[in-house]
Amino acid sequence: MYTQALNTSDGEDRHIEDARRAAQFQARIDADERIEPNDWMPAAYRKTLTRQISQHAHSEIVGMLPEGNWITRAPSLRRKAALLAKVQDECGHGLYLYAAAETLGSSREELVDLMLAGKAKYSSIFNYPTLTWADIGTIGWLVDGAAIMNQIPLCRCSYGPYARAMIRVCKEESFHQRQGFEIMLTLCRGTDEQKAMAQDALNRWWWPVLMMFGPPDQVSQHSDTSTKWKIKRFSNDELRQKFVDATVPQAQFLGLTIPDPGMKQNTNGNWEYSAIDWEEFKHVLAGNGPCNRDRLAARRKAHEDGAWVREAAMAYAEKQRQRSTLQAAE
Amino acid sequence: MSAANIQVSETPLVLYILRRADDALILGHRLSEWCGHAPMLEEDMALANMGLDLLGQARELYTYAAKVEGKGNDEDKFAYLRDVRQYRNLLLLEQPNGDFARTMVRQFFYATFADLYWRAMMRSSDAMLAAIAAKSEKESAYHVRHSSEWIIRLGDGTEESHRRVQAAIDELWAFTGEMFSVDDSERGLIDAGIAVDPAPLRPQWLKTITGVVGEATLVLPDNNWMQQGGRSGRHSEHLGHLLSELQSMQRTFPGATW
Repeated sequence: MYTQALNTSDGEDRHIEDARRAAQFQARIDADERIEPNDWMPAAYRKTLTRQISQHAHSEIVGMLPEGNWITRAPSLRRKAALLAKVQDECGHGLYLYAAAETLGSSREELVDLMLAGKAKYSSIFNYPTLTWADIGTIGWLVDGAAIMNQIPLCRCSYGPYARAMIRVCKEESFHQRQGFEIMLTLCRGTDEQKAMAQDALNRWWWPVLMMFGPPDQVSQHSDTSTKWKIKRFSNDELRQKFVDATVPQAQFLGLTIPDPGMKQNTNGNWEYSAIDWEEFKHVLAGNGPCNRDRLAARRKAHEDGAWVREAAMAYAEKQRQRSTLQAAE
Repeated sequence: MSAANIQVSETPLVLYILRRADDALILGHRLSEWCGHAPMLEEDMALANMGLDLLGQARELYTYAAKVEGKGNDEDKFAYLRDVRQYRNLLLLEQPNGDFARTMVRQFFYATFADLYWRAMMRSSDAMLAAIAAKSEKESAYHVRHSSEWIIRLGDGTEESHRRVQAAIDELWAFTGEMFSVDDSERGLIDAGIAVDPAPLRPQWLKTITGVVGEATLVLPDNNWMQQGGRSGRHSEHLGHLLSELQSMQRTFPGATW
């Protein structure tokens, strides 16, 4: 009672205290120190990171579906094994990322429930369908390529658990990217039909991949504080430009045409691309992309169909716990 | 489908290796169907992991079968250009995934057998088969542990999980006899010390199965009628659908490199 009374500081004191802590926190960020789970952090920093890391985790898990769509149809045993291994890696990335998000105080179950309820987002790219085998090569080459551009700077992100997860993820991701490029190379050196399949896949994935970097800088709502807190180190448009500049020579090497007739190289050597259809992006994020409903339905079905398995595992663990308590009492 | 089936010169040794390769491929394919749809992320990873082990075994065995046959076939021709009547896998392994209990019981019956089988095969007088066995045995030991733990968890979990896993045992039991049967083409290889005689492995298999099933508070069925046919290409109706999916690319684009 006595101590309780002492603890009831008035709002003014807490405000001053928080302002002091916020300044110390920002000083640590500015000095490039890593923030760890037990450190004080502004509530908005915690919230932003929970949102970003969990959406990143959801993306890994939903991202298993478009590629998983081709595991049973992969055209050779070598490709089948590589694709299965890749999708398994993605599941592992999801697990690292949920663990990183959990260090901020939310449970994986809560976060997954938000995704299944359609209240948390995942990357817009996974709402597009994989129609041919070439899509699997294109996803590795471009989607993983874009993911790497986004994720390499995150290896230096101010939040330690996220940065460390990204180091592990990026190693595997760059392997996937090379695998995807190799699929494309094989197709482009193959028959006319295979090359046409590769071009068609590039035509369908190019613009959705550019949208992966998020809205243009002038309308990106999260960038200001994310930059100040060193969660984000480059702007959406900077990363997108970097990606385009890296990808154009790869497409040229493959002998493929990027579906942007207006694209040209400027005097700085950067490739200028045409306007992105942000209306489409908004629709996909709002749930109206070609596969949004199918993706969520597949994840919900797995979750619901698996409920009895998870319940069985818990019931068994509880029985085991009771048995060992009984044994200890004897 | 425009790509023609390959011809296989099924000498006893080629046939023997292909039977094991087909087992691994078909079960690996079935496990890969779970990818992204498992009851929890940890199981998505475990099922993909075991599927990958099996695909790896299939690839080694097909490659060896091609070498022994010496007719220019390779792993992909064996996998993608033989039809249902040319496939030699056990009927058990082509059974659909069903629910998680069905998948785990299929896995448990086969892994427990495969583990004993590969350990015996490590003593094969054929150096390549012995080497493949030595690698596969490490993987099958993991598969046995994983599936037995699930049989126990499901059997001794909730009423629903108990009911489902018991139903799966009852459904799949009739396919277990084929694992231990031997035909004339294998008899000579067994006598020569190349192949493993599976019949003497059955008591140990049954002992392990009975132990786990008992711990899981489940029972083995009384009905001991056993289905046969996979080894000679007389399959269930499930395999044709599996192969049309597995082979669709190679059949549609004959001769292409991927």
